[in-house]
Amino acid sequence: MTMARQHFTPLQRLLHWLMAICILAMLFIGVGMVSTVMPKYLTLVSIHKPLGIAILVLALVRLGVRLRDGAPALPADLPEPMKLAAHLSHYAFYALMIAMPLIGWGMLSAAGYPIVLFGGVHLPPILPQSDGLHATLWTAHYYLAFAFFALILLHLGAALFHAFVRRDGVFEAMASGSSAGGVAPAE
Amino acid sequence: MPEPSRTPSRSALGSLVMIAAIVAGGATAFAYTAGWLSPQRLTPDKMVDALAPPGGPALGHRRNHAKGVCFTGVFDANGAGTALSKAQVFAAGQYPALGRFNLGTPDPHAADATVRVRGLGLQIATPDGQLWRSAMIDVPFFPVATPQAFYDLLLAQGSKDPNAMKTFAGAHPEIAAFGGWAKSAPWTGSYAEERFNGINSFIFVDGSGKESAVRWSLVPAAQPVPVSPDDLAKRGPDFLEQEITDRVHGGPQRWTLRVTVANPGDPTADPSKAWPDDRHTVEVGTLTVQKIEAEQDGPCRDINYDPTVLPSGIKTSDDPFPAARSAAYAKSFDRRTAEAQDYPRTATGAKP
Ligand code: HEM
Ligand code: HEM
Ligand code: HEM
Repeated sequence: MTMARQHFTPLQRLLHWLMAICILAMLFIGVGMVSTVMPKYLTLVSIHKPLGIAILVLALVRLGVRLRDGAPALPADLPEPMKLAAHLSHYAFYALMIAMPLIGWGMLSAAGYPIVLFGGVHLPPILPQSDGLHATLWTAHYYLAFAFFALILLHLGAALFHAFVRRDGVFEAMASGSSAGGVAPAE
Repeated sequence: MPEPSRTPSRSALGSLVMIAAIVAGGATAFAYTAGWLSPQRLTPDKMVDALAPPGGPALGHRRNHAKGVCFTGVFDANGAGTALSKAQVFAAGQYPALGRFNLGTPDPHAADATVRVRGLGLQIATPDGQLWRSAMIDVPFFPVATPQAFYDLLLAQGSKDPNAMKTFAGAHPEIAAFGGWAKSAPWTGSYAEERFNGINSFIFVDGSGKESAVRWSLVPAAQPVPVSPDDLAKRGPDFLEQEITDRVHGGPQRWTLRVTVANPGDPTADPSKAWPDDRHTVEVGTLTVQKIEAEQDGPCRDINYDPTVLPSGIKTSDDPFPAARSAAYAKSFDRRTAEAQDYPRTATGAKP
């Protein structure tokens, strides 16, 4: 049954677009906060942590939904290398959506900082305090963040390529719940 | 590469250009947010770079207040602070304290008698899992009014232009008060005789939500004994560390934590302006230092005494310094933890 589906389920689409907004916001907040010493630094940091943890929770839910509901097949005429690229990039996205928050959480744990979500609500440390671990995780968080953004730009370019050049229904599979192919109705 | 079955329409080129423009627009917005297109933005990196002495920073060490020694002890709250803040640290009781006596210099090997400003980093942990961190100095006010001015001061100090400091002082007359303090305030022979001031303003929130703007100080129990810098120089380059170690061996050392409450209209956003002496103060408890440990293997080594690590019941005010300090201390911490091999621990595995 899932094989014949041409669209992601409404829940999958909701998660995709909600998380797309959250993740893009996280990346901009991340690079913005580390480039300023103004009071907004504290505001941005205080959004970065709980939003990042929210992304972790949503990513785990999304992974479960994806394993349960699967995904519509890519168009049969899509060249193999593009199919492979699509599949690999989706694996990479899931890995990043789960790894980035865990690395952030681990980095704060290794630094001995309290992990404040809001008010008095704290998360427990997930790693012992260690300068070496902190340095490694900091490096990973830094480089993976840029890799994440680069992958999103690629993904965005590919999605628009499907929408406006190939017009093959791939964009609509995520954008809408009806009419495969053709022009995407705005949701 | 096999052709897609649906041949792209004639507008394909236009679409590709549009797609490229959207992707490039996204990349540009990101670069702008990251500050790569704004070279004049004061970033934590620039602030920390500016702290470095002419020979470059001491790798593996704090980028400021680099010379120091760890202490552990307890904070005994007397309960009086609960009238101002709901933080558990003010509820009567005893809470573990972990801190660091330090000197305001980026050089971890500076001779003690050459450093005018002495500091203290403090962390108090409470059973509710919250931490309160603070870093204080023996100066009663900050030399400049804004983080940007502090950065400009660092640049002026490092400048080759002989008039740089004069120009700076012209633009920032508040610096004169620090010059006056540096000349007239007595030097002492011990960290235990110093009063350490939080200088920045914070907001205490009590159980009913009432807010008070406050500053705080650690007032020493030991009587300060003035000693001239020349006499201090004769005691050797590390006399402060040796003295406090011996002194605490002989018996715990104490400070009273005194909270000063602002009157309406007192300047909270400008740490270069001390509040008048007659302000309402509350003595909220006693810090007792029980044990001194060298920094190299000590428990304070990998702590960032970020002044924005606050329990609920204390929050930042309109003072712009804590945010700037938090950003800069994190950068300093990121760098020094990545350089641990340049400041190796002596006893591997001896860390608690
Ligand atoms: C999807 C999740 C996340 C993304 C996309 C993300 C992205 C970023 C980015 C782009 C930066 C700036 C890197 C730089 O230019 O230096 C950053 C820094 C940071 N992130 Fe995240 N992050 C995520 C999750 C988290 C979480 C869950 C936490 C903590 C609970 C966290 C804590 C931090 C911290 C503390 C920094 C500053 C590091 C420093 O320079 O000291 N992040 N993040
Ligand atoms: C910002 C972060 C984004 C992430 C992390 C992300 C992640 C993903 C993932 C993992 C998939 C595979 C389906 C799934 O399991 O959910 C997917 C599919 C898709 N995404 Fe995104 N996406 C993002 C942004 C965007 C944007 C901005 C667009 C378009 C403007 C877009 C368009 C699509 C389309 C059309 C598909 C369906 C592709 C297919 O069926 O293979 N995505 N996305
Ligand atoms: C914008 C202004 C300031 C900047 C950029 C700055 C910068 C720094 C840096 C980079 C460190 C090293 C942090 C670490 O690696 O853990 C440090 C430590 C310290 N600072 Fe500041 N600082 C500023 C203002 C102040 C003020 C207002 C005070 C006093 C109230 C202060 C007192 C201290 C003390 C006592 C330490 C040592 C803390 C410890 O033992 O770890 N600083 N400062």
